[in-house]
Amino acid sequence: MSNKKTFTMGGIHPDKHKITAEKPIEDAGLPEIVYIPVKQHIGSPAKILVAKGDKVRVGTLLADADGIVSADVHSSVSGEVLKVEEIEGEFGYLEQMITIKVEGDEWEASIDRSPDIIREINASPEEIIAKIREAGIVGMGGAGYPTPVKTTIPAGKKVDCLIVNGIECEPYLTADDRLMVEKAEQIIIGAKILNKALGIQNAVIAVDENKPAAIEALRNITRSYVGVNVQVMKTKYPQGAEKQLIEAVTGREVPSGKLPADVGCIVQNVGTVNAVYEAVQKNKPLFERVVTVSGDAAETPSNFLVRIGTPASFLINKVHGSPDKIGKIIFGGPMMGTSAVNINAPITKLSSGILLFKDDISFKPEETVCIRCGKCVEACPVGLMPFAIAAQVRDGDYHEMKKLHVLDCIECGSCAYICPARIPLLDYCKLGKYELKKSK
Amino acid sequence: MSALIISNVLILAGIALIAAVVLYVVSQKFKVEENPKIAEIEALLPGVNCGACGKAGCHAFAEACAKSSAEEFKNLFCTAGGQEVMNKVAARLGYVAAAREPTVAVLKCNGTCQNAPDKVIYTGMKSCRMAARISVGRSGCPNGCLRFGDCVRACPFGAISLDETTGIPVVDENKCTSCGACVRTCPRGLYEIRPKGKNGVRVYVACSNTQKGALARKNCKAACIACLKCTKICPEIRVENNLSYIPPTVSAEEFGKRLAEACPTGAIAYTGEKTSTEVKNEQ
Repeated sequence: MSNKKTFTMGGIHPDKHKITAEKPIEDAGLPEIVYIPVKQHIGSPAKILVAKGDKVRVGTLLADADGIVSADVHSSVSGEVLKVEEIEGEFGYLEQMITIKVEGDEWEASIDRSPDIIREINASPEEIIAKIREAGIVGMGGAGYPTPVKTTIPAGKKVDCLIVNGIECEPYLTADDRLMVEKAEQIIIGAKILNKALGIQNAVIAVDENKPAAIEALRNITRSYVGVNVQVMKTKYPQGAEKQLIEAVTGREVPSGKLPADVGCIVQNVGTVNAVYEAVQKNKPLFERVVTVSGDAAETPSNFLVRIGTPASFLINKVHGSPDKIGKIIFGGPMMGTSAVNINAPITKLSSGILLFKDDISFKPEETVCIRCGKCVEACPVGLMPFAIAAQVRDGDYHEMKKLHVLDCIECGSCAYICPARIPLLDYCKLGKYELKKSK
Repeated sequence: MSALIISNVLILAGIALIAAVVLYVVSQKFKVEENPKIAEIEALLPGVNCGACGKAGCHAFAEACAKSSAEEFKNLFCTAGGQEVMNKVAARLGYVAAAREPTVAVLKCNGTCQNAPDKVIYTGMKSCRMAARISVGRSGCPNGCLRFGDCVRACPFGAISLDETTGIPVVDENKCTSCGACVRTCPRGLYEIRPKGKNGVRVYVACSNTQKGALARKNCKAACIACLKCTKICPEIRVENNLSYIPPTVSAEEFGKRLAEACPTGAIAYTGEKTSTEVKNEQ
């Protein structure tokens, strides 16, 4: 019996397929054209500040946060704005995007491009939050919740624990893993910066035990930093989900409909923490991120440092994924990600991976009837009854769906993965959540 | 032994008798007097509880009719039953039913498998509401028909069926009662309740795409491209959001054929005699 921590309820153990874990982060280079969406976060879309024909540089503010729950959007390349209009996004629906033609690679003068690591934290807590806001940082794990909002603790609540989420429990994805190996010190300084902003002393970096290189890299450096600890976790999916991770690390359960701050915790993804370091110490807005491009239809899968707005097709060419072999392209991880319709859709602040699969494994087996085995109930980390939810969603009974707490579903996909009848339970739960929210 | 059986039977029979008397007395004392008209009216109604009249069901509608005055009755209308049923109800009550033009549901999309071919393979749940949430749909049109037939399952009268060759639903105007179940079900909001028109002649824009012309045409050959040609024939026609809308007040007999022939993409549907282009295509 291992004494490593994990969450108590449900969970599954999918095959890891971390084939890119040993691949260092490569610079993806510059595409010819980038499409930068103005909504890459939860909340209202940012207000566009540029117009057709404007010249921009790397780091130029393109769109300003509109309201509190919103985030700034910066240019990831230098060049000329070709158009500001609605373009097809990853699902084919139109999204407001700024199209920029790349010309050279000129950065804003205020960005510190030297490779030196700045260890001294001079900014005051208010300055830190202001800088995070100006850099347009959002939760890069996938939720896209603006980080400054998360870091500002509402009056009356007390936070005593910062958890840096380095779990990356999705199969295939290794972007966070590589970031921890290569930028361990930056992440630890980023955690100290967030500690200062939150007014607390301790931070825990939670890493799954299947990432020995990341654990070693972080442990080597935490020795010289007081208050930052590496917590090795027992591997189980979906450990990287916010509420599950809090329960695993601290034993505190976040009640339904409450936020982590209600139990005194703040969780930040390692990518976000690295972006915080770069924003506060290097004055660099969030305009690039690490993306894993993998899957069995990718000939040379790897991890790339990608400018936001780069079309996915550019990265697919990089890994020599030939279009005729690819049956399915997934944006995100294989468990929670969605199958994309448009291969020219851009990388956003939230894209952690692009997965390419061959035809033969792309198709779902035919759905059969529920045999009431209860495996989905066992697997659900939230304690829901996915089979019952699916039945109510089929009938469109919003009242019953609500009674079954479909809104507490974290969309991890454990139920659909485990179902022997191959019922797309996750699809049902997502549809139920969407329709219930819409019906209000 | 037999004494035991006899006593048991007697005791049970006694209990049954007492219970029967109590139940009879109670049922007489607490009897709910319902207007006998309600049951009679309800028998005249279609009995599908579609809710198109705005009431909770056919019984509630019958109640409202029975209670109403001659004036109030004019505001009540059984959409599913239509004029025929309303005349019968009116005769029973001794009122006059309001005359309403018969209506029918029309599909404002002509994104058939031929006009808007599949661009991606969809392997998810065969349901429009699921497909609409996951992505733009197989054809790539963000406003078009998803061709999975949620409306077919929703129609309480079996008036809608999926055409095998075109893939899009077809409304049988003889069965359609314009109850509006399809209007509420379609995740893309493609159905509209429109007047049936004289001799079933209608004209409407069979497209809901609000994208700009070139973009709309990329996905569907029969998309409205907002070229404004129809507005020149009939000034009542409005074009908003890159989409033309023919108000039901436009006379189909007067303008229908001209409009359908003028539309360069064939987005205007005309149910009267065949247009010259249609005749040409058939030949």
